[in-house]
Amino acid sequence: MSDREHHTPLDGPSATPGSTRLPAAAAQLQALAREAHRPGVSRRALLGAGVAAMAGVMLAPGIRLIEIAGAQVERKPGEAASSAVRWGLLIDTTRCSPDCNDCVTACNTENGLSGGTAPTDSQWIRKIEIRDQRTGRTASAPVMCQHCANPPCVDVCPTGASFKRADGIVLVDRHSCIGCRYCVMACPYKARSFVHEPVTDQKPDVPRGKGCVESCTMCVHRVDDGRKPACVEACPEGAMLFGDLNDPDSAISRRVREISTTRIREDLRLDTGVRYHGI
Amino acid sequence: MRKALLAAIVLVAGLSAMLLAPTSSADPPPGRVPHPAISVDTTTRSIDSPEVMRRTHMDMLKHQRDRTVHLGERRVKVTLNGCIDCHAGKGAGAAAGSVTGSAQAFCESCHRYAAVKLDCFECHQSRPASTPAPVSARPAAGGKP
Repeated sequence: MSDREHHTPLDGPSATPGSTRLPAAAAQLQALAREAHRPGVSRRALLGAGVAAMAGVMLAPGIRLIEIAGAQVERKPGEAASSAVRWGLLIDTTRCSPDCNDCVTACNTENGLSGGTAPTDSQWIRKIEIRDQRTGRTASAPVMCQHCANPPCVDVCPTGASFKRADGIVLVDRHSCIGCRYCVMACPYKARSFVHEPVTDQKPDVPRGKGCVESCTMCVHRVDDGRKPACVEACPEGAMLFGDLNDPDSAISRRVREISTTRIREDLRLDTGVRYHGI
Repeated sequence: MRKALLAAIVLVAGLSAMLLAPTSSADPPPGRVPHPAISVDTTTRSIDSPEVMRRTHMDMLKHQRDRTVHLGERRVKVTLNGCIDCHAGKGAGAAAGSVTGSAQAFCESCHRYAAVKLDCFECHQSRPASTPAPVSARPAAGGKP
């Protein structure tokens, strides 16, 4: 489990399998001690094996000396994003309050958006109220780019500006975006916005400009830096969980195995990277 | 006779070398043509020599921008933010604050002189991360949803 996926509120008791690890490591060390008396085992090989066994020893619940199996390897400087990773979000709508707008505010601050909600303002996250018409049950959820594995916005883009990165993040390359807005029409989640006015006060990591389409980038500049998206970090209820869906040991993978999750418009079979619980 | 000829050639060569020696780049040649006023932060090192950077910075940036956007390569040698942090940073003298917007600004001083359109900063931030925006450039307050 990598550090960036450690997420207290959504991690259930089963999320920290630390308690079982210490006896296992002790047994491993005992086996090594027996091995030492056998002829033909070099001292160096034994030493190496001992260090490897120690690495698995839990120092405290959730903290290990060296992260081994299942660890999200930190990307080296200049290393490209890998298709071994599929970034995803799990949003627990049972914890999401309709009065709270913190994820939207954090997104606006992080990405330099104005925060306006007029039709011509960019909105990367919208808070949506949904109501079951039969039962009257309501739920609140943030809806942003769902980072589809089969994104319609990429299918329709005439210049290749709308693209999916190897690790599943769907982005717009503003260098080749001509602002035709086909992707805005194609997206079933209403996730894309068009920049109508000149932008002056951009964040250095988030270039934005007039005439281009834009949407949630899953805070790609933070993710590449080994951090979580701003909305996930800002959620006061811990209702958002970010992580690698391809890693079976990540917190998000364990959680989607445990609880029932839905993807919006699952009938479109877009294989979105964002999942919701409780809608 | 031959020795005298040789001496004369050496003398002429020496004189012409003195006359043709380039003047200091700090003093632009006089005339009506405006020259770029480049103020370089000498306390930090650029990623390559000034000659190479002048000729190839646009190719470097264009090559790396595609690799960064599409492949996700970060913390690399060539980054626009890296250029801006030094060339509009505290040590950049008259160019400090922004790489555009004035005749002294690092990018704009040359691009004005060469009449080459500089459209990076229609989207990218031209000030280093730590520099606050001038009041006129800030968007109007309010608009919270």
